[in-house]
Order: sequence, then structure tokens, then C-alpha cells
Amino acid sequence: MKTRNYLPLIGLGVLMVALHLLTVWTGTQYYLTQLTMSAYYGLVIIGLGVLMGYAGQISIGHAGFFAIGGYLAAALTTRNLEPFAQNWWVQLLDKAGVIVHGQDIYGLSQMTFTPWLACIVAVTTAGLVALVIGIPVLKLKGHYLAMATLGFGTIVYRIFLAMPYFGESDGITEVPGFDMLPFLTISGDMSHRVLNFYASWTLLIVGMLFLINLIGSRVGRALRSLHSSEEAAEASGINAGRFKLKVFVLSAIYAAVAGVLLTHYNGGIGPSEASMAKSVRYVALVAVGGMLNLWGTLIMGVGLTFLSLRGVFGSFDDAVFGTILILVMLFSPEGILGLKLRPLLRQLIIGGRA
Amino acid sequence: MSPDLFFQYLFAGITYGSIYAVVAIGFNIIYNATGIINFAQGEFVMLGGMISISLLHFMPLPLAIASAVALTMLIGAAIEILFIRWLQSPSVMRMIIITIGISILLKEVALHIWGESIRSLPYFYGNEITTFSIGSVHISPQVVWVILASAVMVAGLNLFFKSTPIGREMRACSANRTAALLCGINARNMVTLSFMLSAGIGALAGCVMSPITYTQYDSGSALALKGFTVAILGGLGNSGAAVLAGILLGIIEAFSVSVVPLAFQDAISIAILLVILFVKPHGLFGSGDAARLKDF
Repeated sequence: MKTRNYLPLIGLGVLMVALHLLTVWTGTQYYLTQLTMSAYYGLVIIGLGVLMGYAGQISIGHAGFFAIGGYLAAALTTRNLEPFAQNWWVQLLDKAGVIVHGQDIYGLSQMTFTPWLACIVAVTTAGLVALVIGIPVLKLKGHYLAMATLGFGTIVYRIFLAMPYFGESDGITEVPGFDMLPFLTISGDMSHRVLNFYASWTLLIVGMLFLINLIGSRVGRALRSLHSSEEAAEASGINAGRFKLKVFVLSAIYAAVAGVLLTHYNGGIGPSEASMAKSVRYVALVAVGGMLNLWGTLIMGVGLTFLSLRGVFGSFDDAVFGTILILVMLFSPEGILGLKLRPLLRQLIIGGRA
Repeated sequence: MSPDLFFQYLFAGITYGSIYAVVAIGFNIIYNATGIINFAQGEFVMLGGMISISLLHFMPLPLAIASAVALTMLIGAAIEILFIRWLQSPSVMRMIIITIGISILLKEVALHIWGESIRSLPYFYGNEITTFSIGSVHISPQVVWVILASAVMVAGLNLFFKSTPIGREMRACSANRTAALLCGINARNMVTLSFMLSAGIGALAGCVMSPITYTQYDSGSALALKGFTVAILGGLGNSGAAVLAGILLGIIEAFSVSVVPLAFQDAISIAILLVILFVKPHGLFGSGDAARLKDF
């Protein structure tokens, strides 16, 4: 693994600080809110990027994993356990210190799970669901895989929409902040804004670091060989199915972590987060960035998500993403950054030395 | 369950099932011609309904439906010419993403033209409460329209593919594109034609079902998923089996209402889709040996 591969990560860190300073300098700190949210969505997108680009598997159901993370975190930290207070398992959990005693808005006493427990349960559930779904789904290819993942996403959406426990079409609101570390609370509260911005971008950098390592490792080489010829890869003893499954579960976990944290940050989650439109948007952003270009995926993913969250596209939000998706796939299936810019940049940077 | 209720569910199942079958045949026509699954298939159904509802202000119902079908066919042709015709052997993933993009665009265009409101065509005969009775089972005349229209479409398509020159040329293209080209068939035009046909039958289905199921800008997606389920259930590309599979899914769905809450109804048919994909991806009536040669 060469240090060259890590340089952009430092660049991303510098960008993080620069963005903060820029907002301070121009007096536009309110941008930090959307930048924080974009970083979390960016996490979903790079996870999906590795799945689509390197493992070659499309998933039109990733909003489902995001929603499993977000909804479980929201439900476990807001739904009152008081009615079950006498049950042995609640008392056991209480003794284990994973239950918070508080008051609801009417001043009645309330028992909920701690955000840490909720987070672990949510992410583990998403990972397990990905594992169970992934084993049969990843045997499929092409249209069948696309439809199966789309079907999975739709089922998740319907379940959250239909169950009163998950708030039906209203979703879940009043989700408390997440005291992740002694000095860090993931919440949308103004006083935590700067810290949350740094937290989300640090997480994005760490997530990126992990994926870059993964791509450079034995797993990554195996994945690339799968991409060029699955038969040849299997003939050289690579268990294609296992690698695909690992990446699928990993990308689901990325989506779920983003879902958990963004839900705490926004203070709520609604069924639209699980919708097909969201899943397609993630696919679009990966496609725009370039399937085999993780940095392109990151840049376009975070950038376009930020613009979308700022409301730049107005009521044409989904239309813009649909158009981008079609145009990129028609004219530059390697992604916007993949076609002309990369050779150009390479010439500019390396050309002088070589 | 009383016998009356049983037949009531049965008829509801057949009605919805015949719509699913038509959507599935739409999938099949394009799949046979190109090997593409058109993820925008459901949007054709929505467009048919929406356009006919708008045209109804200016013309009588039969003319509005005919014009809506014709317009949707033109839209289908335009989509093929703009987005698909000139691509050179695109990868499956690329085609999936492009047709998904088209589906989003059509939905968004519909949203900006017609808004979020739920619309419907009037009942072709009588109104919501008009029924006629067979024994003690009450059936809306619209149900008859739906089943009749579906049957006519299936029979018409069958006739078209079997006995018209163009239909035969289309089948030749799907059987062996190179051989068809060598025989002087313009394969590209056949693909355009398959999009038109598929859009046309989708639109007609959208018109006849509109009074019962209503039409909204996003009503296409769920229908597309179910249509695809049916297409898979019958074996992709096999339109005759799609009719049986469609009615089967419709009936399962109708009877599922008596067991699970209505909100989960869509989840049931999608769960069937997943099970079929995992267990028998070549469909209930398809041949497993032939399926092994295809690229799933």
C-alpha cells in the first residue's frame, strides 16, 4: 500500500477545516448543517460505490438499510418502555445500565434505551438483514438483481409505512441527541453544530480510509478480478459469492451507521428516507462519480447532496437527479470525472515528472 | 369465508390480475426485442390514464382513450429513439440505470403537469354503484371492461405476432437478430416498434383500470414491480404464461386481504417476487434448462 493512496485523505481533512473556516469567514455557518448531512449521505454513497464499482453488484435498495438503521435508532430511543417496566427483561436491561430514565414532553416519566445500545442494535440488524438477504440475492445478476434489491427496498418502505410502532406516514420525531463521546453529542442543537460537522466529516474520512485499504487489499484485488471475469476469478480459487456478500454487508453497515447518526442529528426520520427515490438517488450519485472511481463518487456524492439539501434544485430535485443519471449513463458511463478530466489531470500532475 | 365473499374476492383478483398480466406482457415485448427490462413500464400505464383524463375535457371518452394510447405510443417511440437506439451494445447495468432514470423523469414530468392529486376516468358504463348480479355476487361493469380489454389485447397481440408480416419480423429479430438482419429486416425499427407496442398496451390498461384504481403521478412503480413479478412468475419472455401468472398473483393478492392488513398487500406480492427469484428464477412454467443459458 503506497502512501500516495492516502494523500487525498489528508486533502479531505484539509478540505474539512477549510470549509469550516470558509463558513466562519463568510458568516455562513448555517451551511455547516447541510455539510454535516451531506457527509452522512456521503458515507452511504461510498459504501454503495464499492459494492457497485468494485463488486459489480447493483443495489436499488440501499435506502432500506439506511432506514433500518435510522428507524431502529429512533424507535428504540423514543418509544417508552414504562408499560413493560415490570418485565424481567426490562429490569435486566435496566441493571445493565442501557436504559435511560427521563420525562416526556408532558412531564410523565419515561424509559428508553440508551442511544449507544440503539445504535448497536440498529447497525447489527441492518448487517444481519443484509447477510440474510444477500445470500440468495447476490446469486442473481443483472435485471434480476436490480429487481430483487428494488423489491427488498420497497418491502422495507411498506413495513415502516404500515407499522404504528414506526409512526406510519409521520415517521418518528423528538429523537434525542446521541452522547457518543464525553465531549460529543450527535444532535441538531445549535451549540453542537461545529463539533457535529467535524464528527461527520471525520467519520467520512475514516470510512474512506477503510474502503481504500479494502480496495488495496487481497479482497480488493479479488473484487477487481471478479469485475473483469468472474469465471477466471473462480478458476483461480476466488470464492466470488463470499466476497460479494462481504461487500454487500459492509455497504449495508455503512448505510445503517449513516442512518443512525443522521436520525439523531435531524431529530427524526420519515418514511421518505426508505423510498425508492432515495435508493435511486444513491445509485445516481455513484454513477455520476464513476463506478470504479471512489474519490469521484465521494466528491460528486457529497457535492450534489449538499446542493440538493440547500434546495438549489427546488421542486425539480428528483428530476435533476433523474436527468443527471440518464445523461451520465448515456454519454459517460465511467462517471463525469472519469471521462475527460482524469487523463487531463494525470498529465498535469505526473506529466512534468515522467 | 362465505361462497359469496369467495367469489367477490375471486373477481377482484381476476380484475387486478389481468392488469398485471398486461403490464407483464409489456415487459416481455421489450425484453424479447432487446434483452432489456424496461423499468419505466409502469409509467406508461400511468401516462395512459393521466393523458386520457386530461383529454376527456375536449373529446368523448372513446376518442380520449384512443388519443391517449396513440400519444403514449409516440412517447414510447421517442424514448427508444432518444435513449436506447444509438447505444452500442450497452452493459446490462447501464441499461437498468438508464431505464430507471427514464422512469423517474416521466414521474417527475407527470408530477409537474398533473400535480399530486388523485384522478380517475369516469366509469365507462353507469357509475360507482352500478352493479349487475350473478346469483348473489355483485360485479361492477368496469370489471367486465377491464377483463374484456385485457383479453382483447392478449388475443390481438397473439394474432399480431403470429400472422402479420411485421409481427413475424419482430419475432424473427428476437429469435436471432443477426439472421433477421441478413434477411433484410430492419432490427432497429423493430425495437422502436416494440417500445411503441409496449407503451400502447400499457396505456390502454391504464385507461380501463383508472375508474377502479385511480391514477396518480407515482402509481406506476408499484404496478411495474407487480408486472415484473408476473413476468418472472410466468417465465421472462413468455406472454401466454404471463396471463396465467397474472391472474394467479391477482387472486393471491385479493385473498391475502382477508389474512393480512391492507397496508401489507404490496409487500406480499413483492415477497412472492423475491421467493420466485431465489427459488425458481426461470418461472413456474419456464424450462430450467433453457434458463441456465440466459444471463440472470
